[in-house]
Amino acid sequence: MSFVSRGFRRRQEPDAPSDRVPPGQYVTHDFPVLSAGPTPRIGLDEWRFEIIGQVDKPRGWSWQEFTSLSAEDVTVDIHCVTKWSKLDSRWHGVPVDALLDGAKTSADHVMAHSYGGYTTNLPLEDLTGGRAWIAYEYDGEPLEPEHGGPARLLVPHLYFWKSAKWVRALELRDTDTPGFWEGYGYHNYGDPWREQRYSGD
Amino acid sequence: MAGTAVLRRLTWAIAEVVDRVGETPRVQSLTFDVPDWPGHLPGQHIDVRLTAEDGYRAQRSYSIATPADGTRVTITVERLEDGEVSSYLTDVLEISDRVELRGPIGGYFVWEPARGGPLGLIGGGSGVAPLMAMLRARVGAGSAVPVRMLCSWRMAEDVIYAAELAAIASEGDGISITHTLTRSAPEGWSGRRGRFDREALSQLTWPPAMEPLTYVCGPTGFVEVVASVLVELGHEPRRILTERFGPTGG
Repeated sequence: MSFVSRGFRRRQEPDAPSDRVPPGQYVTHDFPVLSAGPTPRIGLDEWRFEIIGQVDKPRGWSWQEFTSLSAEDVTVDIHCVTKWSKLDSRWHGVPVDALLDGAKTSADHVMAHSYGGYTTNLPLEDLTGGRAWIAYEYDGEPLEPEHGGPARLLVPHLYFWKSAKWVRALELRDTDTPGFWEGYGYHNYGDPWREQRYSGD
Repeated sequence: MAGTAVLRRLTWAIAEVVDRVGETPRVQSLTFDVPDWPGHLPGQHIDVRLTAEDGYRAQRSYSIATPADGTRVTITVERLEDGEVSSYLTDVLEISDRVELRGPIGGYFVWEPARGGPLGLIGGGSGVAPLMAMLRARVGAGSAVPVRMLCSWRMAEDVIYAAELAAIASEGDGISITHTLTRSAPEGWSGRRGRFDREALSQLTWPPAMEPLTYVCGPTGFVEVVASVLVELGHEPRRILTERFGPTGG
């Protein structure tokens, strides 16, 4: 290590084992918010979630249908590219595996679309295998709009901008194109353990 | 909503502190000379990385408070009680010390004169910093874009860039600046008191029919309220750009 910041030292004892906190991150106990615009307000009677794109049969659910699906409680660590990590966050939602069950697709890529216009791109394989959910409760309560409610994508093994708030559709695609932040220079994949914050990391 | 930023690998540069201005007892502006700085747009930010002798590292993001100016980059840092990075930057770092930084980062929450207006800038506390970069760009370019800037502070002692904002406001030139104090105001305070609520925002912001472009930056609660009220008042959501500061240590 060549560069040392004169007079800088760790002030806080780490309050988490280092194997839970990716490089460059710090642990927070709050739940900060990062959004590019106003928080969209979506009524539950108009809310729909859909699987669209390169799929044999597009499928969609109303709020009532969606919340009748079998859902899981998950406790995961989440990591925001703005440097905070939150350990043991508790969610309730439907596994993406269940939503894709039986779907025939040639797609390798997914674009998540949100109410309000936000998008983010991910490999399809990162949304399957028990690694992603559409979550609609946080800490035992309905998910607040500012944190992505009524429902958000939850992909905790990638930086949290990939966990699209206010999600309305997963579009299965044969080709990969950048989503919203990816188009502004954020990393296309976003693995916190490899510190893939920005394009080229 | 497609991005327009040039995708360029962001490498860490070793930057030297060349100027320091105490804005308030808790807030300082630090100017760095950054070798090979590629320039930036008002509203973008940098990541600062500190490394201790034992190898411990900490990183934080700071908005740039100035428009592009060669290899000079200025950030405004609020000292947070538990903030190991912010307290290092405000208490320890001296002129000619060096830090590692990289950027510019972000390409959405940006404004330059070519984007036009009318321009609304609404900031809470140190959230005014990226808005100051936009205002300074507007003034420096001699642009005619009309600006309404609203700044919310807790107390008069918290006002940053006070003299510069007063000078810009007194020039007029299509720029109005309104300060409000939310906690306490000294005798003789000529600005507003209390939070920017619906009534204040409907009076002080551009009418939605003028299709203004509005940038809101501050703590999460502040931004949530202001952006929601603007939507309720009829502003087009896609013309409201936000940047939120989490209530976390820095």
